[in-house]
Amino acid sequence: MSATTPAPAVQRSAAPVVEVRDIGKSYGPVNALSGVSTTVNAGEVTCVLGDNGAGKSTFIKILAGVHTPSEGELLLDGEPVRFSSPRAALDAGIATVYQDLAVVPLMPVWRNFFLGSELTRGVGPFRSLDVKEMKRITYTELDNMGIDLRDVDQPIGTLSGGERQCVAIARAVYFGARVLILDEPTAALGVKQSGVVLKYIARSRDRGLGVVFITHNPHHAYPVGDRFLLLNRGTSLGNFEKSEITLGQLTSLMAGGAELDSLAHELEREMGRDSSLVQQLESEAERLPDVVGEAGTRARE
Amino acid sequence: MTTTDIVTVGNRPRLESRPLRKILARPEIGALVAALAVMLFFSVYTSNFMTLSGAGVWLESASTFGIMAVAVALLMIGGEFDLSAGVMTGFTALIVGVLTSHYGLNIWVAVLVSLVAALAVGALNGFLVMRTGLPSFIVTLGTFFVLAGIDLAVTKLITGQVAIQGMTNVPFYDSVQPLFGSSIQIGGGTFYVSVLWWFLATILATWVLLRTRAGNWIFAVGGQLNSSRQVGVPVLKTKVGLFMTTAGAAWLVGMISLFRTSTVQANTGVGQEFIYIICAVVGGCLLTGGFGSAIGAALGALIYGMVFQGITFAQWDTNWLRTFLGAMLLLAVFLNHFVRTRAGGAR
Ligand SMILES: Nc1ncnc2c1ncn2[C@@H]1O[C@H](COP(=O)(O)OP(=O)(O)OP(=O)(O)O)[C@@H](O)[C@H]1O
Ligand SMILES: [Mg+2]
Repeated sequence: MSATTPAPAVQRSAAPVVEVRDIGKSYGPVNALSGVSTTVNAGEVTCVLGDNGAGKSTFIKILAGVHTPSEGELLLDGEPVRFSSPRAALDAGIATVYQDLAVVPLMPVWRNFFLGSELTRGVGPFRSLDVKEMKRITYTELDNMGIDLRDVDQPIGTLSGGERQCVAIARAVYFGARVLILDEPTAALGVKQSGVVLKYIARSRDRGLGVVFITHNPHHAYPVGDRFLLLNRGTSLGNFEKSEITLGQLTSLMAGGAELDSLAHELEREMGRDSSLVQQLESEAERLPDVVGEAGTRARE
Repeated sequence: MTTTDIVTVGNRPRLESRPLRKILARPEIGALVAALAVMLFFSVYTSNFMTLSGAGVWLESASTFGIMAVAVALLMIGGEFDLSAGVMTGFTALIVGVLTSHYGLNIWVAVLVSLVAALAVGALNGFLVMRTGLPSFIVTLGTFFVLAGIDLAVTKLITGQVAIQGMTNVPFYDSVQPLFGSSIQIGGGTFYVSVLWWFLATILATWVLLRTRAGNWIFAVGGQLNSSRQVGVPVLKTKVGLFMTTAGAAWLVGMISLFRTSTVQANTGVGQEFIYIICAVVGGCLLTGGFGSAIGAALGALIYGMVFQGITFAQWDTNWLRTFLGAMLLLAVFLNHFVRTRAGGAR
């Protein structure tokens, strides 16, 4: 891999909502992330791509206030910040939709929608939930996002994965998020459902939110992304504007053409040339355009 | 949350498409049917079960278990158990007994001291469970035995006996007694104030569960702890609050038994913690948390009270009660499981 140094953030007139500079995190001796930089602008989607264990979740946990970075800087509207807890990040307008969606399957959709931020009416000891209003808002908010639920009273566990994902996104949008972080929202979904979720990502972006979209699928990232941060084993492979990289290059970077090559060689030694797996790997490595160096250089300019 | 629970959930919307189905999907429906069946059986089988005097007896029996079952149901919905709940009813009564009859403390003050002590033990249970991350089953099993030992040893040490009697001689006893132990006569039946406490506890718990933020949090922490934490639910406060509520209910029941009989045994309440759990489960609470109902638990306790007294009215050996309870528990769990797996397999 050639481009291991992160590209500097693109200069803009207004400060980005969130900017990270050379951020890193170690879990004791394990260096999970180091020297990663990128920006998140309002009305734009920043995609974070990388293989399993690349450090994607670690990266967003820093943004979400779950971890404090061991190195580097986190800037909110151009000012350095340090989030002490997820609540602090949430109060700053950074909402995270985790891989597990943070929903309680047995509870109704509307209760999940307002969980932790319930609407109440009445005073003192007689303060009770404003059930009617919460149901109404849940229904309209989901409707605004294009999700038509027959019954907001049904347990959220009964919704499909994509619908649940959309409820979680709608919830973050409703509660005034300025930055929306989505951890692999399409990982467990089929093609159609993934498309629906991508649509909501685009819709949230159009509503002016800065979106951080984590995925290991470049085909999901490329259509909606404005900027692509590539991670590999805790380091940055580059931070590209959409104009600087094509889908093919992105895919190749992701798959790591050089790595596929070496894997094929390794297997060849162990399994012999004729192994179909080796041949398959080799042909796959050949098909990938060698763009790693090229794209990396362009990004640094 | 186990997969079968999700399967149950997955089948709920289809069940709920019609109002009748919606009612059938409620957690307390099984207990309601069972309660009606038990009531019908003893009404027909014995002559004095369905009289005012009979009703006074089984309602009184159900009331103290009902208060505890409702509190334990909240705790179970919140995903925890409290095995010290039974012994706590004796613990609180003994505190009042010892402080007043042996140290001459004002009885009102003693009652309050006892409440504070109960809440402290509840808070301790909660903090131990949350701070260590150990299952509440084990932690409260520990406090259960600690308290059971204290009850016996300290009572014996101070009074030289294993019971406290003669509470009626304590000054101002009569001013507290009506609150917990009074009764009224209606058509030859004796109805205790504890029945009123039971109804109040059930109504309050139902309102809290379904219509307050705290109730939302209880379902959430029991249903999916991590998710609750991520969306900002005060997890520690909710869980500790639940343990304190259970302890508070145990105090109420302790006072009720003390002021109704004016005596208290050092082993009061030992072994009853399981009956509370049985009532809650029969009332529709899931052992895995996140699902259940206070009304269901109250109905579970009603079944217990009716069977307990019904067996006496029928002049059977009262030892059958436990056998019945065990069978009832198994039936409730099987029914739950059957509905789930059948619903799951129908896909
Ligand atoms: N709490 C932790 N303690 C120690 N090491 C950790 C911890 N969390 C993550 N790591 C390590 O840090 C590295 C990056 O993990 P991370 O979860 O950020 O990867 P990821 O890109 O999200 O992967 P995936 O696609 O599988 O979700 C991994 O090697 C992982 O083993
Ligand atoms: Mg991850």
